[in-house]
Amino acid sequence: MSMLHTVNKSPFERNTLESCIGLAVPGSAILLMEDGVIGAMANTKHSEMVKAAMANVKIYVLGPDLKARGLSEGNVVDGISVVGYGDFVDLTAEHAAVQSWL
Amino acid sequence: MKYGILVNEGPYTHQASDSALAFTKAALEKGHEIFRVFFYHDGVNNGTSLAIPPQDDRHIPNQWSELAKEHNIDLVLCVAAAQRRGLLDESEAKRNSKAASNMIEGFRISGLGQLIEAGIQGDRMVVFGD
Repeated sequence: MSMLHTVNKSPFERNTLESCIGLAVPGSAILLMEDGVIGAMANTKHSEMVKAAMANVKIYVLGPDLKARGLSEGNVVDGISVVGYGDFVDLTAEHAAVQSWL
Repeated sequence: MKYGILVNEGPYTHQASDSALAFTKAALEKGHEIFRVFFYHDGVNNGTSLAIPPQDDRHIPNQWSELAKEHNIDLVLCVAAAQRRGLLDESEAKRNSKAASNMIEGFRISGLGQLIEAGIQGDRMVVFGD
């Protein structure tokens, strides 16, 4: 069963992204939103973990939340897709269940 | 698709209420059905009629209220969470001998069974919180 995971806290604040990556089954998807968008940034100490995860899971980041924080789409780790709220809705519909890592 | 939405965080805390509102609007725009939005824990504060945010700030309780009116959405406050935090509709205020009620139009107060039902009846449950 493919699952959409949402992570809403920065990996510098909580370990939810790490836990999520550790438990997400191959073929599932992770959406980084709210402060979780920090996890999508390239050249941080968490970037390698995120890059490695992309071998098994698809990772998305919510564009409006990047923009709200003054973060550029150009600084996102290669391979992460920047999406909007409409795409967020589509992702929840495409996957069989949604797990919010709060 | 039929969606259940759970909001566990109050307005103006972090971003959960804003995210939930944006998601709900996006889902409606795509033609999905919002079966229910359930407000639990501090999330019940989304249903206050007494909020007066600065004029240049968004009014989150009003946004929910208007959305409910426009799209006929069921907005439910958890009764136990609401009573703890002093969120009362008219009948709860009367029943507890309180001087006033403070629940904004479009919301109603009910029990956790409504959350479980949204989980059973809905195709997806999306949770917003801290």
